[in-house]
Amino acid sequence: MFLINCPYCGERDQHEFKAGGEAHIERPKQPTELSDDEWAEYLFMRKNIKGVQFERWNHAHGCRKWFNMVRDTSNDEIKLIYKMGEKPPSE
Amino acid sequence: MQKKLRVKTSEYIDETNRVSFKFNGKSYYGFKGDTLASALLANDVHLVGRSFKYHRPRGVMTAGSEEPNALVQVNDNTDRTEPNVRATEVEIYEGLEASSQNCWPNVNFDIGGVNNVISPFLPAGFYYKTFMWPASFWEKYEYFIRHSAGLGKSPRKKDPDVYDHKYIHCDVLVVGAGIAGILAAKNAAKNNLKTLLVDEKNELGGATIYENREFNKIENQSSSDWLKKEIQGLKDIENLEVKTRTSVAAYHAYNYLLARENLTDHLEKKDKQGKIRQRLLKIRAKKVILATGALERPLIFNNNDRPGIMLSSAVKKYADFYGVICGQKTVFFTNNDSAYESALCLHNRGIKVEAIIDIRDNSDSKIVKAVEDTGIKVYWSHTVVDTSGYKRLKNISVMKLSNDGMSVTGNRIEISCDCLGMSGGWTPAVHLFTQSGGKLSFDEENKVFLPSKYPSEQISIGSCNGDFKINQIIKNLSKNLKDFLKIEQTDFDNISVDIDDEKSKRNIWLLPSDKPIGKTKPFVDYQNDATAKDIKLALREGFRSIEHVKRYTTTGMGTDQGKLGNMHALGIIADTAGVKMGDLGTTTFRPPYTPLTFGTIVGRNVGEYFDIFRRTPMNDWHIQNKVEFENVGQWKRGWYYPADGESMHQAVQRESKAARESAGILDASTLGKIDIQGSDASEFLNRVYTNAWSKLAIGKCRYGLMLNEDGMVYDDGVTTRLGENHYLMTTTTGGAANVLGKLEDYLQTEWPELNVYLTSVTDHYATASVCGPNSKKILNKIIPDLDLSDESFPHMSFKEVKLNNVKCRVMRISFTGEHSYEINIQASYGKSLWEKCIEAGKEFNITPYGTEAMHLLRAEKGFIIVGQDTDGTMTPIDLQMDWIISKKKYDFIGKRSLYRSDTMREDRKQLVGLVTDDPKVVLEEGAQIVSELNQSPVEMLGHVTSSYYSPNLKKSIALAVVKGGKNMMGKKLFIPMEDKTINVSVANPVFFDEKNKRLNA
Amino acid sequence: MKNKYSIFSLIKNAFSHHENWQKAWKDPQPKKEYDVVIVGGGGHGLATAYYLAKKHNLKNIAVVEKGWIGGGNTGRNTTIIRSNYLWDASAGLYDHALKIWEGLSQELNYNVMFSQRGVMNLAHNLQDVRDLKRRTHANRLNGIDAVYLNTEEVKKFCPIINTSQDIRYPVLGGTLQRRAGTARHDAVAWGYARGADEMGVDIIQNCEVQGIKRNGDAVEGLETTKGFIKTKKVGVVAAGHSSVIANMAGLRLPLESKPLQALVSEPVKPIIDTVVMSNAVHAYVSQSDKGELVIGAGTDDYVSYSQKGSHQIVEGTLNAILELYPIFSRMRMLRQWGGIVDICPDASPILSKTTVQGLYFNCGWGTGGFKATPGSGDLFAHTIANDEPHKLNAAFNLNRFVSGDLVDEHGAAAVAH
Repeated sequence: MFLINCPYCGERDQHEFKAGGEAHIERPKQPTELSDDEWAEYLFMRKNIKGVQFERWNHAHGCRKWFNMVRDTSNDEIKLIYKMGEKPPSE
Repeated sequence: MQKKLRVKTSEYIDETNRVSFKFNGKSYYGFKGDTLASALLANDVHLVGRSFKYHRPRGVMTAGSEEPNALVQVNDNTDRTEPNVRATEVEIYEGLEASSQNCWPNVNFDIGGVNNVISPFLPAGFYYKTFMWPASFWEKYEYFIRHSAGLGKSPRKKDPDVYDHKYIHCDVLVVGAGIAGILAAKNAAKNNLKTLLVDEKNELGGATIYENREFNKIENQSSSDWLKKEIQGLKDIENLEVKTRTSVAAYHAYNYLLARENLTDHLEKKDKQGKIRQRLLKIRAKKVILATGALERPLIFNNNDRPGIMLSSAVKKYADFYGVICGQKTVFFTNNDSAYESALCLHNRGIKVEAIIDIRDNSDSKIVKAVEDTGIKVYWSHTVVDTSGYKRLKNISVMKLSNDGMSVTGNRIEISCDCLGMSGGWTPAVHLFTQSGGKLSFDEENKVFLPSKYPSEQISIGSCNGDFKINQIIKNLSKNLKDFLKIEQTDFDNISVDIDDEKSKRNIWLLPSDKPIGKTKPFVDYQNDATAKDIKLALREGFRSIEHVKRYTTTGMGTDQGKLGNMHALGIIADTAGVKMGDLGTTTFRPPYTPLTFGTIVGRNVGEYFDIFRRTPMNDWHIQNKVEFENVGQWKRGWYYPADGESMHQAVQRESKAARESAGILDASTLGKIDIQGSDASEFLNRVYTNAWSKLAIGKCRYGLMLNEDGMVYDDGVTTRLGENHYLMTTTTGGAANVLGKLEDYLQTEWPELNVYLTSVTDHYATASVCGPNSKKILNKIIPDLDLSDESFPHMSFKEVKLNNVKCRVMRISFTGEHSYEINIQASYGKSLWEKCIEAGKEFNITPYGTEAMHLLRAEKGFIIVGQDTDGTMTPIDLQMDWIISKKKYDFIGKRSLYRSDTMREDRKQLVGLVTDDPKVVLEEGAQIVSELNQSPVEMLGHVTSSYYSPNLKKSIALAVVKGGKNMMGKKLFIPMEDKTINVSVANPVFFDEKNKRLNA
Repeated sequence: MKNKYSIFSLIKNAFSHHENWQKAWKDPQPKKEYDVVIVGGGGHGLATAYYLAKKHNLKNIAVVEKGWIGGGNTGRNTTIIRSNYLWDASAGLYDHALKIWEGLSQELNYNVMFSQRGVMNLAHNLQDVRDLKRRTHANRLNGIDAVYLNTEEVKKFCPIINTSQDIRYPVLGGTLQRRAGTARHDAVAWGYARGADEMGVDIIQNCEVQGIKRNGDAVEGLETTKGFIKTKKVGVVAAGHSSVIANMAGLRLPLESKPLQALVSEPVKPIIDTVVMSNAVHAYVSQSDKGELVIGAGTDDYVSYSQKGSHQIVEGTLNAILELYPIFSRMRMLRQWGGIVDICPDASPILSKTTVQGLYFNCGWGTGGFKATPGSGDLFAHTIANDEPHKLNAAFNLNRFVSGDLVDEHGAAAVAH
């Protein structure tokens, strides 16, 4: 059970949160310009990284805010949490 | 002959307090403080159960939670029965009944014992190699396998006990209240850290408290006397909470631990009533100190499993702690000094110790000398090669070990004895440490796995960290505790400790016998009857990984999870395969540490607390009017309202007719309601719905369809523009939470530039929907001031009005196709509003209708229900709702997906109406549709999604999805049921009032 | 030629104290080159190798396994086998597997203990009833045995279920597939390994793939911890780690790997003689031949390769179990563990060629791959050997995520097994 440091509420138990998958997959601004392959890439294809992954979480049973998390998926260690809209760290 | 089986009064046993109990139907008594195991031993009952596979007689082997053999069914045939309970953990109470398991007809004469005779034919994994012929017979073989397997019996009655959960947040959690844990907890708490100390036993102090080791002194006192004073002192420490009978079951990431606090299992029946039986503690600790101790190892030799063969430390504990003599003639068998402590303890209590068999050459420690001085014979470099005695140990055979320890030499020495205390050294209890993700390293010298890499804020101290001697424990603890807690000093930094140091070590994982191994039974896993030769067989057959061997032989898979034998299994594999134990790795220790009651894990979350029910403000009225409820999501919705003697069908027909002929009323409070405000609210709706919203006038309503990004219909509902920047969206009952979540997601993450705020107001409003030709008249009676003319208040519009000074929102919208109003009022007035409508509608025979009639009425109109007529694979085009897709909008959620090759196919499944040739036949929802009969396999074109008998049309109607259905109007199709085929034809899904005349009637 | 396993060989070996049993499989070092290398020594991978050797006459095959065979999801699942899927494509795939299961012990000469004690799926609300009836009708027309049961019939088939209509999620009915059941998971891996080994397949354990070497658009070989292995065909059957391998070849897959947990109780005498699944409340229970209640929990919602899930999932599952089986309240959880399941957006698997010539993926089985093991192996072997799919797995291609032609089994599979 993770202990997640919501950037708005502080440390809370995992059961208050929902995970929202890989982060920084921006919804295409002009979907009609995309080929079916490119659209499928946005819709379905995921890095699904074993190791350090950037992902989205939502404090669903709390402030309802979405935020980003950097987590090592091989051992579930949370490395960093930052707000939506903030730039991802380079490393 | 009555043997004397109790020694001096133990301070832990209250001999003035006799407790009677039954075992296998026979009455015995013990004393308060006894466990079932100690009480049975005191009554000379050694045969407690039968083993899993060979049904061999087994007795008490340990004095703790690692017990593999002495498993009993407690209180059989009562509602508080429990299988597989370790007799070593049951505190006896007046009226306790226990019985042996896995034996028939009884533990003394067990038919299953035949398995022991045919055991040569039942090696590890024998079942993989046989029972294959004839193929159809597996079921019959399996029947017998299943009935001979299993241990105790599942309860058959509902559990009368209640369980609970408690969240605990602390600075420091100390697991294990032996000497190390007590000192750590004390010093943590004294340094202003909120500390919780837990121990699975009912007494603090671990082994040190009763184990008066002859040569161990702390501050020149016996270690137990010194520790007792420390325990006394704990009471006065602030910040320290101590919980006994509390076993930590699991250690998860981020220092989240689960512990079971046992509150009533040791109480008499009358005292259990009305109390919480067990509590699951959900502990989040900033720091964790594991002081879980060590478990004594057995020795692996031929026939090492008979009742009377026990761990040396257990023999000592039964004598020291419980005052119970385990045998009249005791022999110890050891590879280290600790058995000598046991021998001396027994000797000093006047219990006869026949001999000590030691696989080492010698030992010059003080304790060994002290034992030799008593005249007890020590057989150095000897091993036990065999034992005898079926239901109780009678005799052991001893031979000299060869120098390399691989074989035995000389003649057998026969020693008559009824108790054999064995000690194979100590295994640190690192289970919780590894559960937390900790990595172990192998200490070659002591043959133990020790914590090496901590994954979180934690340390292991005491013997679970490899410190077996009190001086080591205290020295290392002093240093480690200061580092870990960042404190200046501890109050035991400078205490003096004297110990008797053990210098001589020898370890042989599998002791040799004079018989070939094939003819021996050296048990490694007692409970599952896995022997060393099973392990060797597995290796011979190519199973190399420890996990393979474990699974093939079932070693470590019993209810004790291999606490005693896992190390030996590893050792035997390493020796046999010629690899280093450290390279072999361990098996994974999986939670829980000891089995955890389901009820405890569940706590109160059963029955009414399993999941909440949401009820509308009109709920009481519905109940008073004999409603039948339908569960929709978390909601209780009125399904139908049967009048006296009415069937469901009759009620639904009556309700549906009334709504069309005069007036009906539906409780629509459960629909999701989302309040949307902000200067970009219109733009937001443009992006989430398929149709356009910018031009919707204030005070108007519009139906919207929401898609997933993959183009499939996700939700629908009517949204009303309340103001320039203010909308009220309705969603389906079941979809409300998900829709809000999805909208928030887009708003916060994709479109943060939009100035929009979303608030769920589902629970804030109650909604009564009044429909039918007389709805206008009824509304007029309730709200006389409201102009209900079509000009002032047309279909798809909204008015805010006051009803007795309470603000209401009235929408003229319709899901039935009838002239209809939805009145939304502050939830607390919901019932009153409803009653007003009923009262006003009396003269029009206003009829409350439930979800079933509502479904029927909308199906007559061909309106879809998302989730019933759609299944996540339907696009708006499939639903023949092309009209709702704005051609002008550049984008909306899911738009791009509508233009993929598959979503553009003409022959997708499309929503159509179906009518049966025989208008009386109502199709089954879910029935499949075909165009050809007499084909196999037959292509299924689609299925019936909604189906009813329409009282207004006086015929059966159905909605269905059919491949290419759009272009099949009038086509004959078939519904092949199990017993008959139903002929249908494709029809327009709008069966009733196609021109929508009634909306304005 | 391997010794045949039978009661007679067992008796014969008893007289030599079981000293003379052969190795079930060898322990070879990798050769320099193979015709086909299967990545992943779970049930699916070993079955693929077995059928490649047996039905497609390929002899130079290796299975490389990072750990020990059968140690991934094969050895961690709740062993439910059924084929009552909704869509034609799924029904075809899973029933193909079920038919092989029915003769598998004899074919492999290894008792996989396939036990057709039936699988019941429960309905708890009116939409469940519609969905299960829809599925039952579809099954029947697809030639799959399935019947719909009302509440009384559910109770009759499994008397310990609480069918009171007053509980939070009352049982409104259910479906029963009698041919469905369970099998012994380890035995499936071991049986296929023994069978494949006998036909010359090299099963190489403790051999981790570290890279895929490509020559343009074609596979050239694998970099492994035991050196480079040359091959023109690689079949990846790595379950939770599929994306990791795909990334080595520069591919992305529509997968997310999530924790799935399961647990067993202490063993007790027979108490439940079938498999009961309830998707609505996430409770799946059966009883193993050893006597343990085998209980499947749900998945967590985040990606993880740690083989650990959160406690709330286990708690939620047991809440549901005690709601449906109040008599189990005093039973105890003996062991709890997690696996890594690779989940596709449509809850259906991928058995497909890729854009890289000679690279094939068999993945995305999510929570329910065990049941498909023999069929999956057979069809994947066909796909690799012929460089094109069999008609039974044609729908499970990668292109469906581009065209939109998904096989949406959420209704049938959900978080089921």
